[in-house]
Amino acid sequence: MSLLEIESLAVSYSTAGGIRRAVHDVSLAIEPGQTVALVGESGSGKTTTAQAVIGLLPENGRVERGRVLLNGTDIAGWNERRLRAVRGTQVSLVPQDPVSSLDPVQTIGAQIAEVFRLHEPRDRRPVLPRVLALLERVGIDEPEHRARQYPHELSGGMRQRVLIAIAVALHPRLIIADEPTSALDVTVQRNVLDLLDSLRREFGTAVLFVTHDLAVAAERSQRLVVMRDGRVEEQDDTATILQAPGSAYTRALLADAPAFSTVERVARPAGGGSSAAGGATTEAAPPTAAPPALAVTGLVKEFRRGARGAAFRAVDDVSFAVPAGTTHAIVGESGSGKTTTARMVARFETPTAGSIALAGEDITDARGAALRALRRRVQLVYQNPFSTLDPRQRIRDIVEEPLRNFGLGDRAARRDRAAELVDRVALPPSVLLRHPRELSGGQRQRVAIARALALDPAVFVLDEAVSALDVTVQAGILRLLDELQRDLGLTYLFISHDLAVVRQISDTVSVMRRGRVVESGPVASLFADPRHEYTQQLLSAVPGAAVPGAADALPTPLGDRR
Amino acid sequence: MARYLWGRIAQAVLVLWIAFTVTFVLLQALPGDAVLIKFQGGDLNLTPAQLEEIRLSYGADESLLVQYLHAIGNVLTGDLGYSVQAGVPVTTLLAANLPSTLVLASLGFAVAVVLAVGIALVSSLTPFAWLRNVLHSVPSLFISIPTFWLGITLIQIFSFRLKLVPVIGGSTLESLLLPVLTLAVPISAPLAQVLVRSIDEVSVQPFVSVVRAKGASPSWVLWRHVARNATLPALTIAGVLLGELIAGAVVTETVFGRTGIGRITQDAVNNQDVAVLQAVVLLSALGYVVVNLIVDLLYPVLDPRITVRSGDRRANRRAGARVATGASA
Repeated sequence: MSLLEIESLAVSYSTAGGIRRAVHDVSLAIEPGQTVALVGESGSGKTTTAQAVIGLLPENGRVERGRVLLNGTDIAGWNERRLRAVRGTQVSLVPQDPVSSLDPVQTIGAQIAEVFRLHEPRDRRPVLPRVLALLERVGIDEPEHRARQYPHELSGGMRQRVLIAIAVALHPRLIIADEPTSALDVTVQRNVLDLLDSLRREFGTAVLFVTHDLAVAAERSQRLVVMRDGRVEEQDDTATILQAPGSAYTRALLADAPAFSTVERVARPAGGGSSAAGGATTEAAPPTAAPPALAVTGLVKEFRRGARGAAFRAVDDVSFAVPAGTTHAIVGESGSGKTTTARMVARFETPTAGSIALAGEDITDARGAALRALRRRVQLVYQNPFSTLDPRQRIRDIVEEPLRNFGLGDRAARRDRAAELVDRVALPPSVLLRHPRELSGGQRQRVAIARALALDPAVFVLDEAVSALDVTVQAGILRLLDELQRDLGLTYLFISHDLAVVRQISDTVSVMRRGRVVESGPVASLFADPRHEYTQQLLSAVPGAAVPGAADALPTPLGDRR
Repeated sequence: MARYLWGRIAQAVLVLWIAFTVTFVLLQALPGDAVLIKFQGGDLNLTPAQLEEIRLSYGADESLLVQYLHAIGNVLTGDLGYSVQAGVPVTTLLAANLPSTLVLASLGFAVAVVLAVGIALVSSLTPFAWLRNVLHSVPSLFISIPTFWLGITLIQIFSFRLKLVPVIGGSTLESLLLPVLTLAVPISAPLAQVLVRSIDEVSVQPFVSVVRAKGASPSWVLWRHVARNATLPALTIAGVLLGELIAGAVVTETVFGRTGIGRITQDAVNNQDVAVLQAVVLLSALGYVVVNLIVDLLYPVLDPRITVRSGDRRANRRAGARVATGASA
């Protein structure tokens, strides 16, 4: 008998616009001790399915029909009171976002102890030793000290460990892990997933692993369930699906997953005439006489904590040069200083030391009118397409705004330009009159790109510009960026934590750690032969890197799909 | 911590000084004065010369600046001046009236908190959607009721129709019942609104799902997790509501014919009794400053993310603690 069996589950939400079905007819089974990955894009119904299992649908959600058999007992129709006895003891949850998933005003220890207090209220044994043992088991040092700390005093990775400790406290039969590592850096992600794996083996717990990341799913699961639009598109053993995906959708997902595409960026003659493998290293001078589109030398940024606090070097002696028409990537984990570097290049921060040159012209100390003129040449595209567009403006106004700010063209000319830009980023003209909330994440990011293009800049600083998007959407944006670069000769500074994406879009790369560049060079050679230990660590932590055969099955270079 | 407190006390002194000065200027700008109102007309039939003499006896012949400096000096030595109308020192007047207002205000505030918390808790725990809807609309109703109208209506119903509470006389408790209610209802409304909204906001936070996934019941979640997180914004509002409380006390004391600060404020306004008004403004500002200091000191107790750093003159309110504006007066 399967541990969990879902039979033709249908879930709907009642919204202002009427009843909306989110999940239609989903069936799947999980055996004891097995990891089943539920994969799909946002809106595919994967999280709704997982929530339905544990009876934690949002208030407006309802299981319309179908059965959820836990050890052969149908719990789909159970009321809240009966479900409470199952939650935490039989089925537990590891949530998506460790930062907001712990009560900010209670200590870590109290929140772990709560599981015992809820389910074993008459147990006379002291709870504290059990809490400390759990903390130690999930790899948190100084448990006594940590137990007394509050969530905000712990890093994201540590908080996720605490949440895992809560989930495994009573040795449940099934853990529902809902995107447990999406918010974490790759190396932290690997550690957390390893921990989950070892606990699964130790306690014989099954895991329902919900993720949008096919690479992670492929690496961690025995069985894959691919969902799309609330239905199961395909399900089978993970290895089988990777070798021979049955549905076109799964094939597209695999193709778009950056981790699986083996082919690096195609080297091509760039606008400045230098080859793609040009000179991102500090030693190598640009091969041509033309100055690089962007050159950064000995950049330093110090922040002070408080009025008399010690200085903290967020960026420490960073140098690189980007030939015109090429892409330079800065990779690193959170806190590595990559975003601070990007902000200095766009001159939203002033460097403590070092210099920044744009096409040979020093812009380090530009201020006033010069700084304003600089905005026309360097544009920024941010990570979150949901908060970078004014929700009250129409798309046309958003795209036109840079032109208005610089007083370029008359009203009619600006309108024409906006229409042209929207077309340029492959959006239909109808979006011009819409508001950001009516667009999808990918469409919004295209609008952000159109806005950045408005002033004909030479350099784009892309700060995690595709990190918040689903893989297929992400692939679309990357193709667009590539196309724009070829047509307009744009130079990109591409900030990312995702090495797989970096490999697809960049010519040269700098790896940053704790404010310093530990290694830099052309993408092809750096990825094939990483010299620095940290680069090796980062590369081996990329999910999917270890999946055998996955790459061979999917020879889909970016260049072929242009 | 000590440094922070001293900084806050310095701020408080500044606020008090500004309040005093602004009131002084505004009151001097008014046409007419207390002497005119008290002695003109009536049986005395004083000549303008005689009125001028009385003014001289109050020190009104000196320049405004000198008067201002005198007033400041007197306040610093604890002398709040003389009430022209009552003919007694202002300090005596305040001492006689403050206790009854303090009792009314603190009871009114306590009842308001109970009302607000009751509305918020019942509406978030009730399984009935209709009851939740009714309770959610109660604050808007409460907030739009004028205090004087509520007071008169309560007297009409409970004293005249039902004859449950005597209008005049009766025990201390009986005489407090209706005024406290009159004062509490409008105060409870914004408090309830903020509480209901922040409970709703906290309830959809991911950590609430985690607690529920541990197997906690809705009331466990509400009491142990949501309540404390939802208190912060309400606390801020509570500090700001002190102003409403003072305004409400003036009306309530007038409607119910009670003695108290509200009553002497009204009299002082009618009679342009400058010294009394100065003292009342100073007292209210002091109350504001003290209450908001207490509120600010309570934040770090309730939310560990907020720290009161020494060397920093503000309480450092980090992201996550949604704190409404206006807390640090």
